[in-house]
Amino acid sequence: MNDEKSRQLAYRVRRHALDMTNRGGTSHIGAIFSMADIVAVLYADVMHYDPKNPKLPGRDRLVLSKGHAGAGIYAVLAESGFFPVSELETHCQNGSRLSGHVSHKGVPGVEVSTGSLGQGMPMAMGMAMAGKMNGQPHTVFCIIGDGECDEGAVWESALIANQFKLDNFVVTVDFNKIQSITTVEDTIKLEPLDQKWASFGWRAIRVDGHDHAALHRAYAEALAARGQGQPIVVIADTVKGKGVSFMENDVLWHYRTARGEEYDAAVKELEAQKP
Amino acid sequence: MRETFTRCLQEEARRNPNLVLITGDLGFGVLFPYMKEFPDRFINAGISEQAMMSMAAGMALEGKTVVVYSIGNFPTLRCLEQIRNCCAYHEANVKIVCVGAGFVYGTLGMTHHATEDMSALRLLPGVTVYAPADRVETEAVMARFLTEPGVAYLRIGRGGEPVLREPTDVAGYKTGKAVPFADGTEAYILTAGGILASAVGARRLLAERGHSVGVVSFPTVKPIDEALIRELCARVPVIFTLEEHTIVGGFGGAVCETVCGFPENRARVVRLGMNDMYSSIVGSQAYLEAYYGLDDAGVADRVQAVLEGRA
Repeated sequence: MNDEKSRQLAYRVRRHALDMTNRGGTSHIGAIFSMADIVAVLYADVMHYDPKNPKLPGRDRLVLSKGHAGAGIYAVLAESGFFPVSELETHCQNGSRLSGHVSHKGVPGVEVSTGSLGQGMPMAMGMAMAGKMNGQPHTVFCIIGDGECDEGAVWESALIANQFKLDNFVVTVDFNKIQSITTVEDTIKLEPLDQKWASFGWRAIRVDGHDHAALHRAYAEALAARGQGQPIVVIADTVKGKGVSFMENDVLWHYRTARGEEYDAAVKELEAQKP
Repeated sequence: MRETFTRCLQEEARRNPNLVLITGDLGFGVLFPYMKEFPDRFINAGISEQAMMSMAAGMALEGKTVVVYSIGNFPTLRCLEQIRNCCAYHEANVKIVCVGAGFVYGTLGMTHHATEDMSALRLLPGVTVYAPADRVETEAVMARFLTEPGVAYLRIGRGGEPVLREPTDVAGYKTGKAVPFADGTEAYILTAGGILASAVGARRLLAERGHSVGVVSFPTVKPIDEALIRELCARVPVIFTLEEHTIVGGFGGAVCETVCGFPENRARVVRLGMNDMYSSIVGSQAYLEAYYGLDDAGVADRVQAVLEGRA
């Protein structure tokens, strides 16, 4: 698999997100970096869409349920041609439509607004349910956080999606192992996470969430499982803050904004990894 | 009211192939005729109101008109933030139905007393709130409820309520319109929901005691009929609001918010309902209405006291 395109896209998502959070003085860079490779693979190679016709009926849908990583979605959409890259400069500025938690209002390519955890996944499930009822061939993708798995509505949805055999519904858990105050392990344990989902009736695929070739294989398997009557979850093992050494695996970077020397150092590290 | 709801729902489902009904595992019996006729457009989401409400929004964004059915506080307070974020902010065609307004499930206890739902729903931008009084009003609002775009909330009783209206009273009903029941010269009682029956009974008792009191029903609580309220305030010195619901922020609250915006107003507003409290005692709907002074006699006594300067 040639993953050049997705690796380029992931680099640009991280680079934009660093600038966007720096400019906006906003947080969640760690949660954006952990899912950057996932959204890059989805938009570079997996999803069917037309940036010139964002509401194309046959498009694949993506719902970012962990809405706090909104900058990552805006960046991937701008890079994919949905709106000018220059608009990213308005992120979190006064009067902007690009809010820190992802918003769909006036933003081409964003399906729904999220930010309150545990709500995007059931919305995406409703979209998948409607797709099934309509006999449509597209897939509904959804990205949720690991901390988000504390929300009861995630598991309500897991039960319902299984009951209704939503095999057009592909959820990815960005399993970066750190939530708001401390680690997932020290907050509300999730492991064995793939087994939990499997026991809910889902086809669970566990993958290194930064290995593009592995992500490509995982989504190929997910799409090939259509027709088997099972919703699909991709448990992506990721590193919070992936891409900048001093942000990686550090809860501080859930909230911290890279400024001054930290910003310069982060830029340098990312640019050194440019594909 | 429940049977009227189901019948109107089926009629609309025949017209609109995109209509889908979701229940939170309630409505056994009531929904059966619909389930039988439209098995492919019926979803039982189980006892999971939060996921159900977000799911409804997702389906609506894909072109469905989604009717969500449950009882008491489950389709409202339990998932209020989902209604706000997923449904209202997305202007989704989600139609929320609550059966069991006020003390309909009086014997089941405080958890099943729906006495804050109108306050909660009406505070959300973009949500229309309907509270019809009987099956005639229910039929009239159903046509609007199911066809107008956006999020709407319908609060109904269970069934067996007295029929107080004639179809001609509500012919061509438009959302936001109040429906006068009878005129009066000393005061008006404005009501929302099945409690109209108490206002009508109180009106009769007050007439026997020499007082002339008008009654108006508000099948739509939001948007409220501001023009009619303004007219009534100019006509009489006191307006009573009556609801089987808290007096905080609900129908009475809506009337007060409206009245205080009239620069010329001199009318007093007196709210009758639950006085910022829960009911820890149980009983039939009729028992609890009487206990809290919301039955014919209770309403008549309180109105009379005000009219005679004793309250």
